[in-house]
Amino acid sequence: MTPSVFRAVATCVVPEAGRLDAAQWDEMTAIVARAIAARPRGMQRQLALFFTLLEWLPLLRYGRRLSQLDAVRRARVLHLLQRAPMLLLRRGFWGVRTLMLMGYYGRSAAAAEIGYRADARGWEARR
Amino acid sequence: MSVSRSYDIVIIGSGAGGGTVAQELAPLVRDGVRILVLEKGPRFADQEFTGRELEMADALYQDGGAFLTRDGTMTLAFASAYGGSTVVYTGTSLTAPERVIRAWAIPGLGHADLKRRSAKYAEQNNAHPLDDPLINDNNRLFVEGGRKAGYLVEQFPVNVKGCRGSSLCNLGCPNQAKQGTNRVQLPRAERAGVEVATRAEVLRIEPDRTLTVRVSQKAAGTKGAPSEWAPGDYQVRARIVVAAAGAIGTPALLLRSPLPAPRSLGHGFTCHPALILVAEHPHAITNDVGHPKSYFVDHAESERFVLETCMYFPFVTAKSLTGFGAAHSAIMHAFPRLQMILILACDHASPDNRIAVSRAGSPVVHYRFTPETTDGLVRGTRAAARIFFAAGARRVHAPADPPLLEAADAGRLEERITAHHFRPGMLAVSAAHLMGGCGMGRSAADSVTDAWGRVHGLPWLRVADASLFPDSLEINPYLTIMGLADRVAEGIRRDARDLLGGEPR
Repeated sequence: MTPSVFRAVATCVVPEAGRLDAAQWDEMTAIVARAIAARPRGMQRQLALFFTLLEWLPLLRYGRRLSQLDAVRRARVLHLLQRAPMLLLRRGFWGVRTLMLMGYYGRSAAAAEIGYRADARGWEARR
Repeated sequence: MSVSRSYDIVIIGSGAGGGTVAQELAPLVRDGVRILVLEKGPRFADQEFTGRELEMADALYQDGGAFLTRDGTMTLAFASAYGGSTVVYTGTSLTAPERVIRAWAIPGLGHADLKRRSAKYAEQNNAHPLDDPLINDNNRLFVEGGRKAGYLVEQFPVNVKGCRGSSLCNLGCPNQAKQGTNRVQLPRAERAGVEVATRAEVLRIEPDRTLTVRVSQKAAGTKGAPSEWAPGDYQVRARIVVAAAGAIGTPALLLRSPLPAPRSLGHGFTCHPALILVAEHPHAITNDVGHPKSYFVDHAESERFVLETCMYFPFVTAKSLTGFGAAHSAIMHAFPRLQMILILACDHASPDNRIAVSRAGSPVVHYRFTPETTDGLVRGTRAAARIFFAAGARRVHAPADPPLLEAADAGRLEERITAHHFRPGMLAVSAAHLMGGCGMGRSAADSVTDAWGRVHGLPWLRVADASLFPDSLEINPYLTIMGLADRVAEGIRRDARDLLGGEPR
């Protein structure tokens, strides 16, 4: 997966990801890279293949690769995959989407940003 | 080269089943019986439960909580730790419904017996309904909305002692309040002389009752204590083997062992496939503080679903919502105003749904959604939406197109929420109530074990976990697992003279 495809998908799934600074972006990509590395080899290959498909598939419809499309068209491509008649495509999209959400919302800064405040001290921390 | 060790009884797994058997057999240690528990996961220190989502999911759950079914359309959540999945459940303590046990129709297993044993563990684990001041808005709104919408809302007894309301149960209680086997049964067993070896995975069981065990090294920077045993391979000889590695682990272990297993081994897998639904209220509510799961609505019998209160963490919440982009982000940013409901479908054993093993011996779960199971999810989603709106929610996020249902949609939920939007691969379905694979029954022709967990044809091999269930339980399973494990332990005590006769090898 090239950094440009990753960025194109990540910012489409979570638009706020486009506003992350370099260190935050690195944190997000490290979370995704760790999650992929923990999966079996076969699944890693499938994911790599799906990212390649994601990048090149829009060529058929828009004459450009995903990373070269504007945000609206990128979103259209992902919507099509999300509702694709073939389970394989839906499943692939779901896997990629899950990774992006993990990368973004797995960061403690994102938890704070959305107002998630769970604390081991429970009620005591709120009183 | 492997090290050889001998025991009289070896218990594989330390969760609700294995922990219970260990406690119940522990008095035999006084008579010179050597008992060992082998647990694949590590033993965690109290301060290691930080409540940080990805860190704890990676440490506690198999595949970080994302163990996928064969076709990749559902994730299964189960823990690998001293205490098994009792470390990560919410402690909801229900007794098996009589109608379910009657429908199981297992000769020798009666509801009254199971009820009595379940009550024993409910008391031992301090299961009780939480007092009202400890109930948060997320739960209170479920009660109010549920009653307004015409549902019978019931309160879960939960097995906590000194709950501080961290809401982090599913990441392991950071306050040691939850009374899992890691807090109650295993420490008792160890005090009585039962040995526990963690990070010890049983690879196979030979017909001569030798277990091939691999003890793994603690990797640098990871959580959990090193194993009590030196890392390496072991040959552990036993006279009685109790498989309690869970509904995935036990069938997979028996399938990769060269044993004369009954034909139905691995079959009959069910799991209560679940969806998380969220709704947005106009004002902030207490949701990420307080015990997350205090109430439920049981429509298992009439409509094949159960609704439960729940509250999850940022990533799990994000992946549970359908869609992506700005609309998805808007819901996530409403987190302090979100109410959540878990919808569990009551699936039933079907020929397609089973545990198998790969060539490498890893478990593979085959699962297809039957139309009845999907219907349970659809009906449950509609019911949850009714409850959300009745509780005052402004909008509900559901598998629909578009996924946001406004209050104006409340009157046409049948039209907005349909099976079309529940096709596999279109929504985040996960399951944590993993059952079946070594079902109890009459004989080897229809089941793997008898009503006492004895594997047909192998009296020295017992099963004591949720894999015993011949079909879905339709409620949260841990008390029933403990009740059945209590029977397994009783059966072993009864047969001990025959099976342990003579000198230990």
